[in-house]
Amino acid sequence: MGLKILTEHINVPGIETLEVYRKHGGYKSVEKAVKTMTPEEVVEEVKTSGLRGRGGAGFPTGLKWSFLAKPEGVPRYLVCNADESEPGTFKDRWFMEHNPHALIEGMITSSYALGANTSYIYIRGELMFILRILEKAIAEAYAAGLLGKNILGSGYDLDLHVAPGGGAYICGEETALLESLEGKRGNPRNKPPFPAVKGLFACPTVVNNVETIASVPWIVNNTGAEYAKVGIGRSTGTKLISASGNINNPGVYEIELGVPVEEFIYSDQYCGGIWKGKSLKAVVPGGSSVPILPANLILKTVAGEDRLMTYESLADGGFVSGSMMGSGAFIVFDEDQCIVRNTWNYARFYHHESCGQCSPCREGTGWMEKVLHRIEYGHGHQRDIDLLVSVAKQIEGNTICPLGDAAAWPVAAAIRHFRDEFEWHIKHPQEATTPGAVYRGQLNSVTA
Amino acid sequence: MAKITFDGIEVEVEDGTTILQAARKIGGKVVPPAMCFYTPLKGSGGKCRVCLVKVSQGSAKDPRPMPKLVASCITPVQDGMVVENTTNEDVLNARKSIVEMLLINHPLDCPICDQAGECNLQDLSYEHGVSAQRFEEERRTFNKVDLGPYIQLHMTRCILCYRCVYTADQITDKRVHGVLGRGDAAEIGTYIENVIDNDFSGNVIDVCPVGALTDKTWRFKNRVWFTKPLDAHRDCPTCSGKVTLWNRGDQVLRVTARKDEYSEVEEFICNTCRFDKKEMSDWTIEGPRKIERASVISANHYELPVVNVPIIPNLPKSAKKDLPNAPEQWNP
Amino acid sequence: MAETKNEVKFSDAAMADIQRYISHYPEDRQKSAILPILHIAQAESGGWVSPEVMDKVAEILNIQPIEVYEVATFYTMFNLKPVGKHVLEVCRTGPCCLRGADQLIDTLKQKLGVEEGGTSADGMFTLKPVECLASCGTGPMLQVREKFYENIENEEQVDAFLEMLRQSEVETPYHVAAYNKNSGK
Repeated sequence: MGLKILTEHINVPGIETLEVYRKHGGYKSVEKAVKTMTPEEVVEEVKTSGLRGRGGAGFPTGLKWSFLAKPEGVPRYLVCNADESEPGTFKDRWFMEHNPHALIEGMITSSYALGANTSYIYIRGELMFILRILEKAIAEAYAAGLLGKNILGSGYDLDLHVAPGGGAYICGEETALLESLEGKRGNPRNKPPFPAVKGLFACPTVVNNVETIASVPWIVNNTGAEYAKVGIGRSTGTKLISASGNINNPGVYEIELGVPVEEFIYSDQYCGGIWKGKSLKAVVPGGSSVPILPANLILKTVAGEDRLMTYESLADGGFVSGSMMGSGAFIVFDEDQCIVRNTWNYARFYHHESCGQCSPCREGTGWMEKVLHRIEYGHGHQRDIDLLVSVAKQIEGNTICPLGDAAAWPVAAAIRHFRDEFEWHIKHPQEATTPGAVYRGQLNSVTA
Repeated sequence: MAKITFDGIEVEVEDGTTILQAARKIGGKVVPPAMCFYTPLKGSGGKCRVCLVKVSQGSAKDPRPMPKLVASCITPVQDGMVVENTTNEDVLNARKSIVEMLLINHPLDCPICDQAGECNLQDLSYEHGVSAQRFEEERRTFNKVDLGPYIQLHMTRCILCYRCVYTADQITDKRVHGVLGRGDAAEIGTYIENVIDNDFSGNVIDVCPVGALTDKTWRFKNRVWFTKPLDAHRDCPTCSGKVTLWNRGDQVLRVTARKDEYSEVEEFICNTCRFDKKEMSDWTIEGPRKIERASVISANHYELPVVNVPIIPNLPKSAKKDLPNAPEQWNP
Repeated sequence: MAETKNEVKFSDAAMADIQRYISHYPEDRQKSAILPILHIAQAESGGWVSPEVMDKVAEILNIQPIEVYEVATFYTMFNLKPVGKHVLEVCRTGPCCLRGADQLIDTLKQKLGVEEGGTSADGMFTLKPVECLASCGTGPMLQVREKFYENIENEEQVDAFLEMLRQSEVETPYHVAAYNKNSGK
């Protein structure tokens, strides 16, 4: 099943304890980094690895680290984004729950690379039970001299704290997260300045996803060059995929980037096929905000090539016929699912989660939800479809943070690929609102 | 210093100046509108998005265009930057979109709104909006709330610019109102019944770009375009005492801070000056206040509102009296 | 402002935890601890935060009460009105709906005799649909305090689950839910 960089030992009984974790090679990267490497050398390894941010944007981690400003006498911070809230995504929660020390090890090694002496793990408030797991593991690490003053006799000091959120998807956006961590409403900041210059407490800050940080120890132990050998092209390494929806085996899977989508859906190693013997209708491959693709386009690109689980292949065709890797949340729809209802559901989510700070998102997300609600409940007009496309376009690109885009994309993509289903809903309100009734017409096909 | 080109016009400004301030240095029609940014308030801006512009060249050093439209009120200039505002179709379309968004939940109750005639949202809609409406859903409404004896909050009209919150934060010591809730349910409020009570509280009325915060001592006393603005001052122990009086004859109907052409106050004033000094004898009159914006106030009193010329070709003679400098085309 | 002392009191254990969270931040940045403190305050106050409780939080952090109201009303986990003994936070987001979350919410509404956001007549349950809880592989699911209940697929499970809660005491527990057997092989 391929190389396991993150999950090799995750099923070992007791791996959540420091003792068992160390027995299986845990905290070796801390030892190696603080005793034998300079911070710059660690950054260099991460750069070489080609590791890309696993939270959704896919930005090269080493590059992000190298942007960190280093003015004299000003503290720097590393903040771990454990606010996993993108619908469909549950890999970080699962990972932290089962292997908390792996994240803590990553935090120590990464903090050393960045020269941070205080670091935070910001975790969504709903996951209070994970916070307690992490705090317990952190206490063990302090007791073992892996945190605190003079770590392993190296002279490097680090304090690590866990901070809970309070229930707000927007705090997964890095500047909203920093606001929240400072005890404020989760309103995203205007950029510039970027966090690398002015982040937490107005100091230079790096914000990285859980999975990103947890990948660093392996890179330090085995070198960036080894990591870069895994995967395809610019999609290096392994990725945790949260598989959900109408499949036989929902769960978290660590894959080497490059597995064909078809294999991922149908192989018993992964999703195990569509449940109840049904057929595949559509997939949202990267979390609720990325474009939905109908079955034909998720399995093959327009050029007829197999689609692969890589950043590039999932995006092949742009938004016309492709989608995005996003956070690696793979949501599968069987033939009985209603795209209109699902689109309304997502629109309701973004409406509910908009912080309300900037006008296109505050007003536009609510507008889209209301229109979609009308269509779903049999009160739509044909003109509503173009209206939705237009409102989505008016939000996209005009907001302070990417939540506006995230709200606009799923609506635009659903109409792009399933317009006939929307039209059918509006034309046949009675049928469409009958429980269990689903449009089974010809799916749109997209040509290049 | 940085030299930038804005709508084809070159202007040189201090490093660190924002694009909007650079455009204001040029002045006139090229200046982007601003509904949330307010020069005297630190941290304001970036929220309403009506000032979005296209940066078609980032700087002389890095000439790449910026990928998205940027909020001109918070984006600093770079030497060699090229900015497009009125010359860029995308910018104008985006602005139309934003105006539409600001209006979908707005009550459009200008005929009964005290702010009508001096409302930034009204001006914005005339200049950048479209007349058709596509929003068919129910509009968001709130009840009116009294924030103490002087200020009324009508949240239904609010566009969440946050200016009043920054004002309370920055010029008073104990803020009691703020932004509550989130998304389109966010509102300005005190949460528990509370009175905004300090010497400078009235300034939240001046900074409000719409009719959400109004002066209870003035509400429904008169239409603003029937009043005459006069600059006046008094010897005030609390503030500078430099104000604008809004008169009907010798009667002082309202007192506000002096505002510039972008509706920004020159100096914040105290509540005594604003609410308690309503006699001409309280003030030393300096002369008429020139209102430079293209609103109904200026139409009635001081100068030709250029944008309205085609709309009112047959202005009655009575109106002409107050327009000594009216050009020829006003009398067709 | 009246000079009367706020009468809300938190337990010694809670106050110690509050001080611990405050100590995680630089000295002039105490407000940073507001979210963990609000969580503690809510757990200490019957599952919701009244204005008096929020004023107490403001007093602890030495900030204006409005700053606490602003924060507490932004985040959905803080209940601003009294709630039942057990708050059922049911995920209503897309991935859970693909596996029957809508039906679960309907079943709960019917069994408890409440609408969304309502509290059952006996004061035992509040039904609070929430957005994605990061448990999409095990939906439909819901959360009660710190615990996830997953794969709730039929009425019998709902009955058993509600009965179990009726019998259970409110605790501020440290509990790890049982997870999906398929994960991470």
